[in-house]
Amino acid sequence: MNVPTLKELSQNGLDPEILFWVGCAGSFDERAKKITKSFVKLLNKANISFGVLGIEESCTGDPAKRAGNEFLYQMQAVSNIETLNSYNFKKIVTTCPHCFNTIKNEYPSLGGNYDVIHHTQLLDDLIKNGKIKVQNESFKGKKITFHDPCYLGRANKEFKAPRNLIDSVKADLKEMKSCKEKGLCCGAGGAQMFKDAEKGNEEINIKRTKEAIDTNAKIIAAGCPFCNTMLSDGLKNQKAEQKVKVLDIAEIVEQASID
Amino acid sequence: MSIFSSVFFGFIFISAISFFVFNCKKILRNINIGRGINRSDNKKQRFFNMLRLAFGQSKMLDKPFVGFLHLVVYVAFVLINIELIEIVIDGFLNKHRVLAPYLGGFYNFLTAFFEILALLVIISVVVFWVRRNILKIKRFISNDLKGWPKTDANYILYIELVLMLLFLNMNATDLYLQSSSYSDYYQSYGYFPVSQFLSPIYSSFSDLTVLYVERISWWSHIIGILFFLNYLYYSKHLHILLAFPNTYFSNLESIGKMDNLSSVYNEVKTMLDPNNDPYAVSNSNLPIEKFGASDVFDLNWFQLLNAYTCTECGRCSSECPANQTGKILSPRTIIMKTRDRLEEVGKNIDKNGKFIDDGKKLLDDYISKEELWACTTCNACVESCPIGIDPLSIIVDMRRYMVMEQSSAPTELNNMMNNIENNGAPWPFNQLDRLNWKN
Repeated sequence: MNVPTLKELSQNGLDPEILFWVGCAGSFDERAKKITKSFVKLLNKANISFGVLGIEESCTGDPAKRAGNEFLYQMQAVSNIETLNSYNFKKIVTTCPHCFNTIKNEYPSLGGNYDVIHHTQLLDDLIKNGKIKVQNESFKGKKITFHDPCYLGRANKEFKAPRNLIDSVKADLKEMKSCKEKGLCCGAGGAQMFKDAEKGNEEINIKRTKEAIDTNAKIIAAGCPFCNTMLSDGLKNQKAEQKVKVLDIAEIVEQASID
Repeated sequence: MSIFSSVFFGFIFISAISFFVFNCKKILRNINIGRGINRSDNKKQRFFNMLRLAFGQSKMLDKPFVGFLHLVVYVAFVLINIELIEIVIDGFLNKHRVLAPYLGGFYNFLTAFFEILALLVIISVVVFWVRRNILKIKRFISNDLKGWPKTDANYILYIELVLMLLFLNMNATDLYLQSSSYSDYYQSYGYFPVSQFLSPIYSSFSDLTVLYVERISWWSHIIGILFFLNYLYYSKHLHILLAFPNTYFSNLESIGKMDNLSSVYNEVKTMLDPNNDPYAVSNSNLPIEKFGASDVFDLNWFQLLNAYTCTECGRCSSECPANQTGKILSPRTIIMKTRDRLEEVGKNIDKNGKFIDDGKKLLDDYISKEELWACTTCNACVESCPIGIDPLSIIVDMRRYMVMEQSSAPTELNNMMNNIENNGAPWPFNQLDRLNWKN
């Protein structure tokens, strides 16, 4: 798999068009690694000049910041900004809405000003201008529901790009009871991913998974590695993992793409 | 008699307005307890937001049925209060319908219009009462509203209902008196499409009795309105005024953006500066700023304005994923408890001249750690508020205090943070393995 690092590129005097910020989940989580690979395959298919930071990448600090540890967040942010500012690229793309939101909205006032997009936005563009071509067979007419990640949708008002992609593979998009601005969280945000939930009468991811199952969709499309984990766990809890699958939008597009 | 009436009116009117101004100043003082935050930029956009959200109530129409009824009550109250101009002039001069001769046919239009609005208010208020008390809608039967908040909500509806009934009754008796032995005083002005149906009730009464009923209605109506004005301070109904400044000063940036604490930035800069001598004695005489919020003093004035503006409608909590799944977190109570604490601090200042430590804090005494740790920072509460209140910013500021001042984060979160600190990822993986996914 062709994955150059920015260090390698710059040693050869090259600057990539796009810096792919892989994120911690995309780098280490077994499930999310598959999403990363699918997305890289698409970048290669579309002949995009891109690079990753590799071992120079470090957590954006988002979970620390939202847990209240502003200190740790800023240490991460300032050192990441230093790394990012030492390279030349046009855009940053991330497969994680948390990284996307943090770099886009919270890095500027610490000296990191970049054009940041989410991978669904890039893929939407690539399909629109014909750089990625999809066939109609794999998903045509299949019921797919889309779970809006809070930090892509509500926080950054991107509702269209992922839905355009679902349309582009000719799938039948079924919206959940709460979607778009009113989309229900998967339960992972604000560092909840890393701790047990407080006492209640239901887990948030199970409530959300039920809403997804209620649409009768066979695929839950996600745009965030954390949502992906939460919803996959929800399906196991509901014993529905044989009937319904959670796929990242990048995986859907990659499966439908033509070489 | 006429002088006594004018003097009495003047006394009541001026006392009520003075007491209202007195309480407004108190609110302003309490809000200014908060830390500074700059919201003086983008005046045009702020003004437009105020028009759209507070004046135009655009977000209320997310729920079309109640949104429409709310709009009716709001528009009617604003417009009917134009009538107050005449009532107040009448009161001071001890005259009756003093503006009627000057407005001619337009006066008939106004009286008719106000009566129809009053009827619409009565219908809306009854629907609201039924929703709150009979239909048991989840946001209204929630534990958040136990006690005073529930009573307060009903009082507001009763007061509005009584004021509208008094208004219509005032007109009904007026109409009767226009063709009675008092017709010199009650001249034939106005058109009354609603109260003309109430007027026949009085046909068997003596002229004098109806005169008394009219006077009692008139006085009760104006005294009721002045009472209601002063009730606002003690009630969630304060939103009818504060929704305007609150929407004006509300956050204009992406709701995903959380502020970068500048006090932390200064420390981080020093730590990462290679020329920094870690053993140097600080030559700064500035007191070290407290990180995060444990009490209302640590919140900013906009957050405190939020606390006074909240209408306790519960849209935030009904959208909150933690609240929907039975956790004790409710963004509405975060705001309500902030207001309760701020009021307590305000009373402390009233009593002592300045704040004397009362051994209490917003954290733990009002808002528990369990509530704060249940938040997913999903912003559903912020998005759902019709008037730009931001409960999430208070939750995060309090988390900052718990983590950076108290080190009281849940163990699992401390593990996550240690991992970030040591390995650059929230899990215990080796930083050097970051690119292994491609193999």
